[in-house]
Amino acid sequence: MERESSRHKLFSRRAAFLVGGKLALLGVIGGRMYYLQVLERDQYQMLAEENRINLRLLPPPRGRILDRFGDELAKNRQNFRVVLIPEQTSDVGKTVRRLGEIVEIQDHQLRRIGRDLKRQRRFMPLTLVENLTWEQFASVNVKLPDLPGVQPDVGETRYYPYGDSLAHVVGYVSAVSEQDLTGDPLLELPGFRIGKNGIEKVYDVGLRGKAGNSRVEVNAYGRVIRELQRQDGQPGDDLVLTIDVGLQQAASRRLAGESASAVVMDVHNGEVLAMVSSPSYDPNAFNLGFSAKSWKALVENPRNPLTNKTIAGQYPPGSTFKMLVALAALESGVITPEHRTFCNGSTKLGRHRFHCWKWRYGGHGWTNLYEAIEQSCDIFFYDIAKKVGVEQIAEMARKFGLGERLDIDLVGQRAGLVPNKAWKLATTGVPWQTGETLITGIGQGYLLTTPLQLAVMTARLSNGGFAVQPRLVRDKAAASTGEFAEPPTSPPSLGISSSSLNAVLKGMRMVVHGRHGTARGARLEDGVKMAGKTGTAQVRRITKAERASGVRKAEEKPWEERAHGLFVAYAPADRPRYALSLVIEHGGSGAKAALVARDIMAEVLARDPLRRPAIGRLASRPPADGQG
Amino acid sequence: MALGNTFGGPPEMTIAQKLRDVNWLLVLLIIAVASVGFAMLYSAANGSLNPWASRQMARFGAGLVAMLIIAVTDIRIWLRYAYVIYGLGLVLLVAVEVMGFVGMGAQRWVDLGFFQLQPSEVMKIALVLALARYFHGIAMEDIGRLHLLILPLLMIAVPVALVIRQPDLGTAILMMMVGGAVCFVAGVRLWKFALAICGAVAAVPIGWQFLRDYQKERIFTFLNPERDPLGAGYHITQSKIALGSGGISGKGFMQGTQSHLNFLPERQTDFIFTMLAEEFGLIGCLGLIGLYVCILAYGVGIAVRSRNQFGRLMAMGLTTTFFLYVFINIAMVTGLIPVVGVPLPLVSYGGTALMTLLISFGFLIGVYVHRDLVIPRRPV
Repeated sequence: MERESSRHKLFSRRAAFLVGGKLALLGVIGGRMYYLQVLERDQYQMLAEENRINLRLLPPPRGRILDRFGDELAKNRQNFRVVLIPEQTSDVGKTVRRLGEIVEIQDHQLRRIGRDLKRQRRFMPLTLVENLTWEQFASVNVKLPDLPGVQPDVGETRYYPYGDSLAHVVGYVSAVSEQDLTGDPLLELPGFRIGKNGIEKVYDVGLRGKAGNSRVEVNAYGRVIRELQRQDGQPGDDLVLTIDVGLQQAASRRLAGESASAVVMDVHNGEVLAMVSSPSYDPNAFNLGFSAKSWKALVENPRNPLTNKTIAGQYPPGSTFKMLVALAALESGVITPEHRTFCNGSTKLGRHRFHCWKWRYGGHGWTNLYEAIEQSCDIFFYDIAKKVGVEQIAEMARKFGLGERLDIDLVGQRAGLVPNKAWKLATTGVPWQTGETLITGIGQGYLLTTPLQLAVMTARLSNGGFAVQPRLVRDKAAASTGEFAEPPTSPPSLGISSSSLNAVLKGMRMVVHGRHGTARGARLEDGVKMAGKTGTAQVRRITKAERASGVRKAEEKPWEERAHGLFVAYAPADRPRYALSLVIEHGGSGAKAALVARDIMAEVLARDPLRRPAIGRLASRPPADGQG
Repeated sequence: MALGNTFGGPPEMTIAQKLRDVNWLLVLLIIAVASVGFAMLYSAANGSLNPWASRQMARFGAGLVAMLIIAVTDIRIWLRYAYVIYGLGLVLLVAVEVMGFVGMGAQRWVDLGFFQLQPSEVMKIALVLALARYFHGIAMEDIGRLHLLILPLLMIAVPVALVIRQPDLGTAILMMMVGGAVCFVAGVRLWKFALAICGAVAAVPIGWQFLRDYQKERIFTFLNPERDPLGAGYHITQSKIALGSGGISGKGFMQGTQSHLNFLPERQTDFIFTMLAEEFGLIGCLGLIGLYVCILAYGVGIAVRSRNQFGRLMAMGLTTTFFLYVFINIAMVTGLIPVVGVPLPLVSYGGTALMTLLISFGFLIGVYVHRDLVIPRRPV
């Protein structure tokens, strides 16, 4: 018994020891619980919320782009699409094949579907086909019972109703690329589109709007259980352009088939009414996606449909530059409007002979300023250019907007080039030659201008010498807040005397209405007078040998070697409102360009967009009388 | 029956007397803990008795009956058949090797046709019974003899080796610790334990080779949970998030986001404590641990009060088993130790574990009922 009791005592001692150990371990657990649930609680609560709550962005509807009369140039169209929830069908391949019997599914789409199928969760909708026509969509709907897991769905997609006639102005939206990412989560939304060119790009942020969001509770597999909170976004602002889409379309049609560009603008406030670059492309294709073939065709087309030639095409202005040479000479006082030069077809400077375009017919004879502009006599301008010097000419050119980027809401604008002595020395290391002044005097040589610059030049000439800037955006639509940048003040005067301007403008009227005018074939039919100036810009120098053998007619040369045809114009001649510039690449001559310009100007005057009320707030400007 | 009271203890009790003598407060505590389990299973099923709570209740009812039957059975019968039960357990363990089928990546069940028996569960009790019987028969002065320790060491080692082969690391460790605890309270010298531990540590590299890849993975993941946050570490990371986010008072019954949105794995079985922690917070956790401590206190009290060594050792061994279940499970879900797959006793869903526990409590209460019985070292 004693042994038994000592055994019991030993047991009790050991048991107490064991119990102590257990309590210590429970203490550790208690401490652990305290640590997790009290000390680290906030962090774990945050992690639990992060687990549970998913913030889903609701993309805002993109703002519309309207023309000056409210026509939709870019809008959001219903995107009829078909999505598949993979877990709801037993055989995805079979379902897709069946759908393929109803609407065409191309190979590259099938590849994308296969990719998405591997990447996405099986309960997440997967886009099979989109941008269906209503007919296609309806027929899919009818056959839904045969298509397990397939759901019809209506989304939004950008649509440009006027297609290629406004592609260069409005631009396009396209998928977000890596370098577009700014950290804005909206951009990372699958299928989100941002402006990639034109107005769509420049005004992208405003058009985009503010994303809404939806806080949803999700389970561990990402399935949405319920929506906790929803905050609607703010649709993008609508934007009103200065463009008259009817005029734009008419001008596009007139330029169809040519590699050409035209700008029509208000001479007083700079509103661009039409801006056409031909050939063009369908901006919708950037949104929907190109086939490899059509993309290749666009990129490899020698007439550069992707380039907006009105701002990125740089051409020697040719004779359209002569007004500025004349102004430089008049303003610096080296000549008067009555100054006369004798043209016998060529003039000599040192060992070089400089020709007038009319050299084969013995020249123009005695010409004064008006006649020199009317008939585009090169000898006259060689003469006065030499008298006034390149520096004065360059200064005048810059006043009229050449050689610098203009303030226009587009991307890809080129500056052109107005050479002077310093420029040449800095660029080539060779001093300026007097011969180069002569060449500059007829708008050739180093000079480069864009059609938009030429339109601005013409507007500034015809509005009485005010430094009007081109404008493409009129205002935000009335629907938006109404706040906009400060109303443009009336443009500053260029400080050109009206007598000099009037002399030049008289010459320009004679170009069309004079007896020997180079564009006398381009008179308007209904009596309204147009003034203008032709320009023929040589693409390559005419060699001595060619002069000796006789210049070939434009039609006989290969397209690439033909001269560019230019024409700048304003109308009505007595009270200018519209300025126009037109460049037809390799169009042969300015006279031919003038015929096209006449048709466009006729359309401008017939529509007379400035006489009709436009929408959106326009900062009014006192009408400045163009000329006397 | 020749189980007479040789030393003049209390007279034989009738079944009714024994039932009256059952420690009903302990039974009530057991029911209380099980009820916490029912509530959590109800919540785990998103507010439904199906599929878990109702079945668990039915099993619990059956288990209670089995518990009482064992409790009132004469403790000397268990003493006599202790080795037989142990032998049967070993046979079953070998049988899983032969005819067991693969479930949960480990061979753990024997299909008896009407019932899937888990021999390792049987073995947890059988080992305690066998060790208690062995040390019951060893005199106080003989306990120091080294050769007498060979048999108990083998008694522990053989089933542990078989269980590791299954492989069921958690149960193997549990059995080792329980066996050690019984040896300890039986009076085995501490330095011998030190020796045994050294031996065990030396055996670790050998044992490592027996571990399956997923077990190695679990240990790696334990050592560095961020190693694979979406793979094996996912469970423990999500468990800690659920626990911690519960805070002091919890998110409320059936309001646990981690549990109900399926971030928490195995919420009705091994990770049920996490769910409790998320929904009832620190207060709920400490409440449940408090109930466990009461049960443990009863167990120790019963052990100390018993007048026979068999009962004492059995009570202490079974109480320790129960404690280890609680500790390992909670330590596991709180990230203190690797995930080894040990359920939370009386709370986790699972028939076999519940039955084993209630049977253990049957033995424990049996010890209480027969506390004043003095049993000779060598039964007649």
